[in-house]
Amino acid sequence: MAEAGPGMRAGWTEAEVEEILRRHAGRKGALLPILNDVQAAFGFVPDAAVPIVAEALNLSRAEVHGVVTFYHDLKRKPAERPVIKLCRAEACQARGVERIAPILEGDARIEVETVYCLGLCASGPSAMVGNRVFARLDEGAARRLADEAAR
Amino acid sequence: MRIFVPGDAAAVAVGADEVAAAVGPQVVRNGSRGIFELEPLLEMETEEGRIGFARLAPEDVAEVLRLGKDHPSCVGLVDELPFLKRQTRLTFARCGITDPQSIEEYRAHGGFKGIERARTLGPAATVEEVVESGLRGRGGAGFPAGIKWRTAAAAPADQKYIVCNADEGDSGTFADRMVMEGDPFMLIEGMAIAGFAVGATIGYIYIRSEYPHAIRAMGRAIETARTHGLLGPQFDMEVRAGAGAYVCGEETSLLESIEGKRGEVRAKPPLPAIEGLFGRPTIINNVLTLAAVPFILAEGAKAYADYGMGRSRGTMPIQLAGNVKNGGLFETAFGITLGELVEEIGGGTLSGRPVRAVQVGGPLGAYFPPSMFHLPFDYEAFAAADGLIGHAGIVVFDDTVDMARMARFAMEFCAAESCGKCTPCRIGSTRGLEVIDRIIAGEDVEANRALVEELCETMKFGSLCALGGFTPYPVLSALRHFPEDFARAPTVETVS
Repeated sequence: MAEAGPGMRAGWTEAEVEEILRRHAGRKGALLPILNDVQAAFGFVPDAAVPIVAEALNLSRAEVHGVVTFYHDLKRKPAERPVIKLCRAEACQARGVERIAPILEGDARIEVETVYCLGLCASGPSAMVGNRVFARLDEGAARRLADEAAR
Repeated sequence: MRIFVPGDAAAVAVGADEVAAAVGPQVVRNGSRGIFELEPLLEMETEEGRIGFARLAPEDVAEVLRLGKDHPSCVGLVDELPFLKRQTRLTFARCGITDPQSIEEYRAHGGFKGIERARTLGPAATVEEVVESGLRGRGGAGFPAGIKWRTAAAAPADQKYIVCNADEGDSGTFADRMVMEGDPFMLIEGMAIAGFAVGATIGYIYIRSEYPHAIRAMGRAIETARTHGLLGPQFDMEVRAGAGAYVCGEETSLLESIEGKRGEVRAKPPLPAIEGLFGRPTIINNVLTLAAVPFILAEGAKAYADYGMGRSRGTMPIQLAGNVKNGGLFETAFGITLGELVEEIGGGTLSGRPVRAVQVGGPLGAYFPPSMFHLPFDYEAFAAADGLIGHAGIVVFDDTVDMARMARFAMEFCAAESCGKCTPCRIGSTRGLEVIDRIIAGEDVEANRALVEELCETMKFGSLCALGGFTPYPVLSALRHFPEDFARAPTVETVS
C-alpha cells in the first residue's frame, strides 16, 4: 500500500528493490504488488529501478514503464512537500469541497492531489494523508489538517 | 458490559479511533451501522438492547460511561432508530452488530450456513440456487449472476478463478467498503461458495488503494479463516491492492491489472467466464453480489427472490450521499421510489435548501430532477428513463448546483480516467470537455449543444466499456433536464 506523502525519503538502493522482488518471487501477476511496494518504500518508483524489476520478471522495460505511467498512485518523482489527497468527486462537490480546496491549495507547505472518491460520501468533504482519512472538513478543519500534514 | 465504537473508515475519519482509545482496550471495534451523521457512534450493551451515543469526542467518553442514557448525546436504542427500522437488511444483517474480525461471532450470527448447505446440495445445485434467486450483478451492469456462474461451471479448464471486484470507485458509493470492514467473513464465504459451485480453487479480491482500512480488514480476516482451516487447498484467496485507476473497476481491465499489466479494457468476447484471469474461466462479481450469496444459500433462493419487483429481485444496499441530511447505507427491497429515498429517508438536503438534482449510479449515472422522483428503484425502470442504478449510490445536490459544471465534470472525469484503448472515450471525452466549455462561455450555444449530443451518441455506441459508453448519461441528462443552466451566458459571436 502506497504510504505517499509526509515522512518520505527520496533515497533508494538497488538492494532494497532486490529485497522487494524476493518477497514476491514466484507470485503470479506480481508486477503491480511489487511496484506498490517500491512506491511505498521510497515514495516514488525510480526510473533506474524499472530495468531491475523488468529483468526479474522477464518483462521488457517498456512493459514495466507502461504500468508505472498508467496508475495514478505510482510516481516517477518523489513529492517535494507532504501530500494531501483531496476528494473532488461529485458527492464531495455536493458537500462543498470547492469551498475548502483554495485553503489547501494556497498553502505553500503542502501539495494537494486530487482523488476521486474515498468512500466517505455521506461525510465529505474528505481527504487522505498517507493512510489516514479525514471527513467533515470545514474551513477550520482544513487549516488544522494542513498544519498537521506540514509538520 | 460491552461497548462498541466502529472501526469503519467513515467513523475513523471523524475521530472514532480517539473515542475508542478513550474507552480502553475492552472496546469492540464494530462495523458502522451506516448512519454517518451519528459517527462516531458509541454503543453500550444494556438489558433493553444497545443504546447509542452520537457524535462523541474522546473527552465525552468518561461522562457517557458515568451517566449512561442521561447523557445529552444519547440517541436511545439504536435498533429503534427510524433509519434502521425501515430497512430490510439481508446483506447488512451483521454489519455494525458483530465484531467483524471474530470468526466465532460470525458463526454465532448465522455465518457459514450458506457454505454448509452448498456442500450438501453439491456444485450444480448451488449454481441453480443462485440462478433461481434472480440475483443480478450489483456492480452496475445487472447481469444475472447465476448465468455467469453456469457459464464458468460448464467451461472445462485445469484452473478456474473467482475474482471479487472491490474497486468501488463510484462517487456516492461505500457499501463494498462497509462490507469488507464490517463483515469480511461474509465475503469470504460468498467467494468460497462461488469457488465450490464452479470448481475454482483460487480467489482474488481486488481492492482499490483508496481503501486502506478495507485492505487491512480483509487481509486479517483471510488470515483468520486460513488458520481455522476454512481456506486452504480446496479454496484459498488473496487481496490485491489497486493503484489508483478508476477504470480498473471495469471487469476486464481489473483482470489485466491483477495480471500485472496496464489496466486497459479487453474487447469481449471472449467472456471472462470462459477466458478470464490468466486466460482461464473466471467468475468476476462485485462485492455486494458475492456478499448476497451466503444468505441465498442459507435461506434458499425463494427467501431472497420474494423481495423486489419485476426482474429486480432481492434487496439492494442503497447509499445516500452528497448533500443529504440522513446520509448512509439503506438496504431495502427493489421497488422503493427515488422520492421516498431522497425526501423521506434522506430527509432532503443537509444544507436545508431545496433538492435540485440527484445523480444515481456514480459518475456514469444520470442526473434526475425532483419531477422524476416517482421512479421506482428497479434496473428496467431506470434504464427506461435513460439512467442506471449502477452500484446504487445516490448523490444529492441542492439548488446551488450548476448543472453545466456537472456535465463538464463528467467529461473531465472521463478524460482523466480513460484507459486510452478506444478512441471514442480517449478523444471524445477531451473534445466533449472543450465543447461544453464553449457552451459555458456562451459561444454558439445551439450549435455546440447539438455537437455535444452527437458526440455523446458516438461515445455511447463506439466505446469498448462503460466508462466511455456511459459518460453520456450524466451529460445528456443534465442537458435534457436542466437546459436553463446551459443557456445562462449571453451568446457571443465566435471568432472566425
